[in-house]
Amino acid sequence: MHAMTLEPLPIDRAISAPQPGHRRSIDSASRAAGAVASLQGVTKRYEAKVALNNLSLGLYPGEVVALLGPNGAGKTTAVRLLLGLIAPNSGTARIFGRDPRDPAARMRIGAMLQVSRVPGTLKVLEHIDLFRSYYPDPLSVAEIVRIAQLGGIEDRQFDKLSGGQRQRVLFGLACCGNPDLIFLDEPTVGMDIESRRGLWEQIRSLSASGKTVLLTTHYLEEADALASRIVVLNKGQIISEGTPSEVKSRVSGRRIRCITAIDAEAVRSMPSVIDVQRDRDFLVITASQPESVVRVMLLQDEGLRELEITSAGLEDAFLELTRADDTATASHS
Amino acid sequence: MTTAVLSTRPTSLDIAQTASVYLKETKYEFLKLMRARTFSLSVIGFPIMFYILFGISMNRGASVDGQLFAKYLLATYSCFGLIGAALFGIGVGLASERAQGWLEVKQSSPMPPLAYLLAKGITAMAFGLIIVSLLLVLGVTAAHVHVTLREVVQLMGVTAAGAIPFASMGLLLALLVPITAAPGVVNMIYLPMSFASGLWMPLSVLPHWVGVIARFLPTYHLAQLALHVFGYASGPMAIHWEALAGFTVLLLGLSAYFFKRAAARA
Repeated sequence: MHAMTLEPLPIDRAISAPQPGHRRSIDSASRAAGAVASLQGVTKRYEAKVALNNLSLGLYPGEVVALLGPNGAGKTTAVRLLLGLIAPNSGTARIFGRDPRDPAARMRIGAMLQVSRVPGTLKVLEHIDLFRSYYPDPLSVAEIVRIAQLGGIEDRQFDKLSGGQRQRVLFGLACCGNPDLIFLDEPTVGMDIESRRGLWEQIRSLSASGKTVLLTTHYLEEADALASRIVVLNKGQIISEGTPSEVKSRVSGRRIRCITAIDAEAVRSMPSVIDVQRDRDFLVITASQPESVVRVMLLQDEGLRELEITSAGLEDAFLELTRADDTATASHS
Repeated sequence: MTTAVLSTRPTSLDIAQTASVYLKETKYEFLKLMRARTFSLSVIGFPIMFYILFGISMNRGASVDGQLFAKYLLATYSCFGLIGAALFGIGVGLASERAQGWLEVKQSSPMPPLAYLLAKGITAMAFGLIIVSLLLVLGVTAAHVHVTLREVVQLMGVTAAGAIPFASMGLLLALLVPITAAPGVVNMIYLPMSFASGLWMPLSVLPHWVGVIARFLPTYHLAQLALHVFGYASGPMAIHWEALAGFTVLLLGLSAYFFKRAAARA
């Protein structure tokens, strides 16, 4: 095996906090050169509906990019364009500087797509044997079985596998050609927590060995855990991108949660308060300067209890970003 | 360092590797369908069951043109079996792989598209030959049909050649018919076409207009070639070969057209 062998990360590295260099954020528009894959000014329409609107996205060596967005945001369309499965109405898609339909480009990529059924009467090893034959220099069967955690189910027919096992086989098939760039469209759907963590570890080690990963996911936790860069799509456009912490920090404010006698409307009029919601007995306040809000509230209400201040999670950031974008578009039209 | 390693990686297959792709694609296509019992039992089972019912038990000694009806049916059920394998294996099989997203997984890989199509065509041919072999064994042992080695070889040859136009028809159906309707549509085409081409009973016992329609059906021309092996059909055979070749060109041309149109719209 040459330098591209996929070695698992040492456990401490795999589960510890993100590596600084590893999580460097790269802006899509800024560094078109050096991209292993790119969409440049791509517009894709399906009849009247615009799936992607003048979108530019670059993927750079060793990055794990997570495409996040609500259903219909254009995540899968972006992946399908990069795979050359569909053609853009305008703009260009490039993989290693080539047309994605060029077989030479496809030799260097792997794709795990959302599939409703896979030929069920073939065994796991048979699927692997066939996909390995497509590449001049595939990974060994043992290596694929190890990476995709297929040990013990090699001789089982695909139909006899559980949902999580099926996803692992699809991941294994995507790895057959020892790809430099790997596309994972909702890879952990249907997986139990243990296999999900196992796959995360493999994705991290792919990235550590210099491979580039493009991931679409509904699980914000997954993007947070894996991505060096998050690209938030809504209505076919990038509305935010950066490291997970950058994306989170773009959401103004932190969250105060407490039980208090103070009236919600009174809290709303306090300085720096963005939003106030009632959750059963609790008041949930979003504020850009929660310390000063809390100080005032504690003075006003000595009975205030069960106080909690939390930073916005990625989920809040995501919801807020897409909501803000929706409001903006609504007010324009 | 990594880039240096990457740039030296081969990006194409040599001849032996390419041959291996085609072989494996075909092997696994065949295994996949053979193990799918709903497919293999019905595609192989129906012509065999029909032959046992109509060729062996219900027609003891009945004759067509002075020969055993069991021998006539040996030729026509061979065609019937092959056509079923091609239309269901490819028409329904490819349509479902397309609808389920599996075809896109294959298309994203460097698999040569021709390997995928040839594998399906050769698999239909293999099922056709299995059906002919089983029918011949039944015919010779249970229906006392006499066949020469030459006839056996020729019938096999006609069946194998017949896989080409009907695989093309399967391809066209897979591209045109949505998967939810595919099994029904295939039956709506397969069964009336088989009947009208004399695959179940000779055209001579059917109304005259059926025979007129038959001339426009590829099934009829394949059946004439198969029957000719056993000395039933008379006249020049070239016209039937030409008709099948013409159907093949037409069906593949239409398939290419609809494939391109679908790709442009996608």
